[in-house]
Amino acid sequence: MTTTVTTGGVAARTVDVWKVYGSGEAQVIALHGVSVELERGHFTAIMGPSGSGKSTLMHTLAGLDSVNRGEIFIGDTRLTGMSDGELTNLRRTKVGFIFQQFNLLPTLTAEENILLPLSIAGRKADPAWYDTVIKTVGLADRLGHRPSQLSGGQQQRVACARALVSRPEVIFADEPTGNLDSRSGAEVLSFLRNSVREYGQTIVMVTHDPNAASYADRVIFLADGQIVDELREPTAEAVLDKLKGLDSDSLRSGFAGASAPGKAGEVA
Amino acid sequence: MLRATLKSLLARKLRLTLSTLAVVLSVMFVSGSLVLTDTLGRTFDNLFANIYTYTDVQVSAKSAVQEGGNNDTSTPFPASTVDRVAKLDGVAKATGQVFLNGAMPIGHNNKVVVNQTGQQFGGNWAGEDDLVKLAEGRGPQTDNEIVVNKGLAEAASVKVGDSMDVITRDHERAAYKIVGLMQYTGGRNSMAGESTVFFTTAKAQTAMLGAKGAFNVIEVKAASGVSNEKLRDTVKAELGDGFVVQTGKELSEENSKAIKNILKYFNYVLLGFGAVALLVGVFLILNTFSIIVAQRTQELALLRAMGAARGQVLRSVLLEALIIGFVGSVFGFLVGLGLGALGAYAFVGLADGAQVAGLGFPISAIIASFVIGIGVTTVAALMPAVKASRVAPIAAMRESAAPDRPLTKLTVSGAIVTALSAGALAWGLAGAGGGTLALVFGGVLGLLIGVALLTPVISKPLVAALGAALSWSVPGKLGRRNSSRNPRRTAITAGAVMIGIAIVTAISTIFTSLSTALGDTVAKDLQADVVVLGQQTNEVPPVVTLPELAKIEALPEAKTVAAITVDVVKINGEQAYVLSYLDPAAGAATLKATASQGRIDKLDTGEFIVDKKTAENRKLKLGDTIQVTFSKGQQKTLKLTGITNDSAIANGIVLSYADAKEGFAFADPWQVFLSLKDGSSPEQAKAAVNDILKDNPQVQAYTKDEYVKTNQQGFNVALVIVQVLLLIALAISVLGVINTLLLSVIERTRELGMLRAVGLRRGQTWLMVTTESIVITVFGTLLGLVVGVGLGAAIVTALKDVLGFGAVTLPWGLMVLYFVASVFVGGVAGLIPSVRAVRLNVLGAIAYE
Repeated sequence: MTTTVTTGGVAARTVDVWKVYGSGEAQVIALHGVSVELERGHFTAIMGPSGSGKSTLMHTLAGLDSVNRGEIFIGDTRLTGMSDGELTNLRRTKVGFIFQQFNLLPTLTAEENILLPLSIAGRKADPAWYDTVIKTVGLADRLGHRPSQLSGGQQQRVACARALVSRPEVIFADEPTGNLDSRSGAEVLSFLRNSVREYGQTIVMVTHDPNAASYADRVIFLADGQIVDELREPTAEAVLDKLKGLDSDSLRSGFAGASAPGKAGEVA
Repeated sequence: MLRATLKSLLARKLRLTLSTLAVVLSVMFVSGSLVLTDTLGRTFDNLFANIYTYTDVQVSAKSAVQEGGNNDTSTPFPASTVDRVAKLDGVAKATGQVFLNGAMPIGHNNKVVVNQTGQQFGGNWAGEDDLVKLAEGRGPQTDNEIVVNKGLAEAASVKVGDSMDVITRDHERAAYKIVGLMQYTGGRNSMAGESTVFFTTAKAQTAMLGAKGAFNVIEVKAASGVSNEKLRDTVKAELGDGFVVQTGKELSEENSKAIKNILKYFNYVLLGFGAVALLVGVFLILNTFSIIVAQRTQELALLRAMGAARGQVLRSVLLEALIIGFVGSVFGFLVGLGLGALGAYAFVGLADGAQVAGLGFPISAIIASFVIGIGVTTVAALMPAVKASRVAPIAAMRESAAPDRPLTKLTVSGAIVTALSAGALAWGLAGAGGGTLALVFGGVLGLLIGVALLTPVISKPLVAALGAALSWSVPGKLGRRNSSRNPRRTAITAGAVMIGIAIVTAISTIFTSLSTALGDTVAKDLQADVVVLGQQTNEVPPVVTLPELAKIEALPEAKTVAAITVDVVKINGEQAYVLSYLDPAAGAATLKATASQGRIDKLDTGEFIVDKKTAENRKLKLGDTIQVTFSKGQQKTLKLTGITNDSAIANGIVLSYADAKEGFAFADPWQVFLSLKDGSSPEQAKAAVNDILKDNPQVQAYTKDEYVKTNQQGFNVALVIVQVLLLIALAISVLGVINTLLLSVIERTRELGMLRAVGLRRGQTWLMVTTESIVITVFGTLLGLVVGVGLGAAIVTALKDVLGFGAVTLPWGLMVLYFVASVFVGGVAGLIPSVRAVRLNVLGAIAYE
């Protein structure tokens, strides 16, 4: 299914993307002809049961993983077929990342971690924007600290600031609250939503937590490598309902897959 | 548990390879040197067994001076001795022979034809026998005819009918006609590359022995039914104490033993290399196992959580060490075997004619390889193994390994070891009684270990400072930070580099100081502008003949000419070197010697002079006497008539030339020092002297500068050998750096993935890892340079009295070279880990499931 373009244009899109792992009996089709458009200035959540291909979709969108067929665009730039050097350049300028494990460098201070992508690329931060980011994440008094001296929530806020500071076209967040308690998680999510509302940042988040998904403007549901549904202005309850339906579908298809090996993913 | 250990071992092939390689390298040197010595030893055994196959019993006269010098066959005896032996019961035949070192053939280029054996024999032609065969021509019939061995003919490219000049043992040069070429039985051109010239018996007696009708060897053939041993005893009983009588077997064993003694020193040098390789190897193995344990913390903790006892974990790590030690020893031994055999071929290749004995498996090499390989590995793994057994089961649940423990304990023990060793070294160098050498070596070893223990503490500020220089780029900065993340690991890696560099720098400092001191003293104290000397090619020294000396003295620009000759004598029953100046006054002036007591410008027969220090050591005062036995056999009582002030270049016992001429084996001047009148050019004088010496192919004139450089050459050769040592040490420590960095890269997989995800290029990744590698290597090198210079300087200063100088000269050029080399080596060591980091799959690195 194809999503309609809304105001603000498209920040990233995929066109009939296929991703297959392995071959023969062990073959797994992770993405099954996925076409999706992610609107600029929106907070989009990608959900789905384990093995639905949601992480693969995000990785291919971010240029971290290659695809077997189809095309991927960030803005107007076509990712498919790019060399490692070109992809690195793209990641420097157009993409930001937030990981579940925070992935901060233990040898650097919070401030150095935030500025790391810019310094790697040899660029300077826009001072006004930098101040705004620091203020928004509320880390002004923690900048000189090392990651080991920060709480999990604080570390993830550093990671968010790191993704925001270079003003990328899209920020990809992979289970950003997966390692946080609910309060810290809520802080980070509000912060992400605010950066979309106030500064027009585009964020794509993979999560399996309906609560986290309820912070997004739009939720896309994946099952067996295909987009099966979507919700706009979701609530946690609505997301949960959709997921329940998917889970039972997925269970059925799981059994089908088990009875007919090699065809897993083709059901739905 | 055993299964788990083996599986984990095999699962990490790279780790296995690197740690095994460390053991292989260490073991290789030890086994290689033992195999080389063994092979060479057996080669010479065979060689001498061949030479003496046809000898039943051989007789030679005992030397007056040389001890254990049964090998010295230069003492002549009259032909009547041969007759006495020939008449004995059980003697089938007794042949008097002349055969001894000291016949120098001159080639077409007017230079002595040198061979590697230092043996240039001259003998009498006694016709063909079982051993000696004529290959071409005939034997010599007149005094100007000779037969030479075919090896010499080839080396000098001469053939039958050609004329060849030979300088005989009496230092006479004459032209001879080659009338025949000889080979040893079996078509061998020489026994081991030596040259031999055969004269007529009469010529050999005068030219080689300096006595008409004399011989220096009797070959005795046993009558049938008489054993060689019985024959030996009969001859011994007849000739008495003044003669050495040996069977062919005894001679072969003795000659072989003499060469093996020389090989022993060669072996010590090789084993020294092996010891350094081993020391660095211990660090590497220790490091590897610390890393293995760190890598396996979660795995080990899991085993513990599932009920493995501490002892089981301990045994698991030790078992791994045992396996690696065993595999490393096997390979090390085999590689050493190959290298040793190869070395033997190269060595024997220098002396053509000799045949290398077949490959052997010396028991000593096998035992040493396995004891060292397995022992060192197990001991080195013990500490990490104990650490591993203390891994808490909870560590399995933790995300990453616990942070480094505080360094206090390490620092305190390091400080104690360093202080104790420094004390031992100081005490040893100050000359504390019998165990001095052991104290010095123990001190040096302890000091190295102590500093290695202190390295983690030193590493913090030093690595930070070092890294600052490399922080101009973000990857450089990241690399620098990484290198100070785990001070223990950085330190132990750098420690391996440190030890190698420290040892080499210390030796270089000592040699450079020696070389400079020698140059300085000679330049300062030697009042000569031109020096004449030659290179010794056999036991007969190259000399300036007296007529030549007279011509040099007659040169218009000559002011003083000091000519020196040297020999070994026995003083009060002990061997000692003594000097003699042809003109003591000229000698004193040239060597800047001044009189402290008595007179030193004149020496009559029966008198001698010494320097102050020698006088003190020998407790001699003016008017005291000593008993001297000369090479030629005379005994004399000499009286002390003068004592010189201490001088760096003039020391020892100086006799009158009258006594030297009579008693020295070679009384002609070995070295001549010529000082010029003011305004004369040393270059011109040198040319004039060389013109006088144009018919003397043995010696040459040098200006003072050239002479100083020649003197220093020996040290330069030694320095080159030391650099080989450095290469070995560096090669092993590079493995350590690679090992450490590989682990770091593996441990930081997630970080690298993140960095790559946020835009770190492959080139930048390489730069980051390489920076860390260079920082570690350079840190180790700097530390090694400091420790090495300190050690070297301490040794030079402490041995002031022994060496005769105390000024320390730092080998700046070499130190800069080591530094540059370490940067390069660091870069090379960073390659493999870099490739691994660069090839990292970004997605795989950051995936968390």
